[in-house]
Amino acid sequence: MAGVRRVLPRRLVGLASLRAAQCQTVGMRLRQTRSLNSFMLLPETSSKHIGCALKEITTAVLKQKIAEVSTLSMGTFPKQVKIVEVGPRDGLQNEKNVVPTPVKIKLIDMLSEAGLPVIEATSFVSPKWVPQMADHTEVLKGIQKFPGISYPVLTPNMKGFEAAVAAGAKEVSVFGAASELFSKKNINCSIEESFHRMGEVLQAAQAAGIPVRGYVSCVLGCPYEGKISPAKVAEVAKKLYSMGCYEISLGDTIGVGTPGLMKDMLSAVTREVPVAAVAVHCHDTYGQALANTLMALQMGVSVVDSSVAGLGGCPYAQGASGNLATEDLVYMLTGLGIHTGVNFQKLLEAGDFICQVLNRKNGSKVAQASCKL
Amino acid sequence: AFQESDHLPGLPEYVKIVEVGPRDGLQNETVIVPTDIKIEFINQLSQTGLSVIEVTSFVSSKWVPQMADHAEVMKGIHRYPGIRYPVLTPNLQGFHRAVAAGATEISVFGAASESFCKKNINCSIEESMGKFEDVIKSARQMNIPARGYVSCALGCPYEGSITPQKVTEVSKRLYSMGCYEISLGDTTGVGTPGSMKRMLERVMKEIPPAALAVHCHDTYGQALANILTALQGHSGLYYASGSRNSKGRRSSHFRLSDELTEAHLAISFP
Repeated sequence: MAGVRRVLPRRLVGLASLRAAQCQTVGMRLRQTRSLNSFMLLPETSSKHIGCALKEITTAVLKQKIAEVSTLSMGTFPKQVKIVEVGPRDGLQNEKNVVPTPVKIKLIDMLSEAGLPVIEATSFVSPKWVPQMADHTEVLKGIQKFPGISYPVLTPNMKGFEAAVAAGAKEVSVFGAASELFSKKNINCSIEESFHRMGEVLQAAQAAGIPVRGYVSCVLGCPYEGKISPAKVAEVAKKLYSMGCYEISLGDTIGVGTPGLMKDMLSAVTREVPVAAVAVHCHDTYGQALANTLMALQMGVSVVDSSVAGLGGCPYAQGASGNLATEDLVYMLTGLGIHTGVNFQKLLEAGDFICQVLNRKNGSKVAQASCKL
Repeated sequence: AFQESDHLPGLPEYVKIVEVGPRDGLQNETVIVPTDIKIEFINQLSQTGLSVIEVTSFVSSKWVPQMADHAEVMKGIHRYPGIRYPVLTPNLQGFHRAVAAGATEISVFGAASESFCKKNINCSIEESMGKFEDVIKSARQMNIPARGYVSCALGCPYEGSITPQKVTEVSKRLYSMGCYEISLGDTTGVGTPGSMKRMLERVMKEIPPAALAVHCHDTYGQALANILTALQGHSGLYYASGSRNSKGRRSSHFRLSDELTEAHLAISFP
């Protein structure tokens, strides 16, 4: 890795200062090699026009990377971050338009090509509650399962779990909440009752050798209860971890959190759950997602949930934005010299694809900054 | 559902927000906003408790038609006591016009990139410094405070990466000429927390943190994260007087206004 790093600046500095127009005529193609999270420039024999989106974005990232390459790490950040892509589930679940099955499958396949290590494929929940996920079985069966990539699915209860396993699921997720009212409104039972339900799934999953991820909603605030105490979040997280979840994803479900609240909450949780088993799942409803995620990284968290193109909305805030956009997250992590394994260009393509189908504006600022072909 | 957390250690107790919507914001909007609307907009901003609102730019209307009505706007706004209304003055001509229109604070715009400087104001960094020196000298003679901007502090659309050393050099020049504050701008929003930290660490070796500001663009969605980085561990930054804000409440929350193309504003509210 160090050898590659020494070579890169010499090759790339001159090229990075080329204007976009020059890049176009020479037909340079910027390609990222996944395994090293490094950049290589390869001349093409044809002078095919490359979308200025690709050039502008990857050039910007490249320039940033060059600035970073010769510097030491900041010391307070993890060396690598595992990104859990929730676009196909959390994202699409909250979109107004129901996406056809083949489109969902194509999206997930494109995300797999982009090198995301974990892609949450769908939710085995009743179509009565979540019609957007009615095709869960077909989606799980239809996607390509790339080696080295996990495709967890949501399983709120035993029925969902059994259906998921029958459809080939190798990893499942269960959902708790740090708020009693939210739990009642969302899954029609108290937090204690939800533990019981999740416990059944966990037991069955353990028997089948299937890893289980636990989610905790409303960790920084609840649309019904308002303030949520860090102690309550820690209690719920601890319970899920002790029941056998290998990882706990802490969700700022309505995006009301700010860095101070994130810090307080994580301080409480990491007293009970090892930080390596903690993930954050930030919504960008109030534009705070990336700043909150940055704070979490500074606290030692190295697993971040995000959604391609910032898919999803907020059922509690009409017109509000959704999850943290994966593209914007990768941009920041790359700038910090943190390894993600993600192919940025392919990620942008996946986001572009789904937004065209949904006929919606891309929620990622990075993607928006690109010009369209 | 907004909640305040306890004051985060390592962060300043008070942050001065410089509202640039009416100038930097509107300057970059495709629609030219009528004068009376600009005035109404600024008057509304004055009522929100913002302490500094950048009103307009005394630049030739040939270059920036959106700011052609600079004199009328300056004369037309309601000047609330305790609120400052700086204006951009790229040269002596603009400065004199600004003063004639009643300006009591001005700003000058430098760049940390030669190419950007050439493209933007058609001269080298060195030549621009000469122009600014004239403006700042005249301003000082009239007891008019001057704020200095440094563009491309975290990257340039033409040159790519910009060294913290260069940013420091340009900032230092402006500061020593007499600018009371230097606003470091990530003009194309390419910066990330790492480059922000490195740049600030270098600049703060030469310029006191209390005289520094950051001006982040959200082009790549990084603005708020970059601002958080700027505030962390630099509690000297923005530390005005440790006073409470105009509502008498501690500004321990974190929702700051960052630079968006739509002049979006986020302030404390109950």
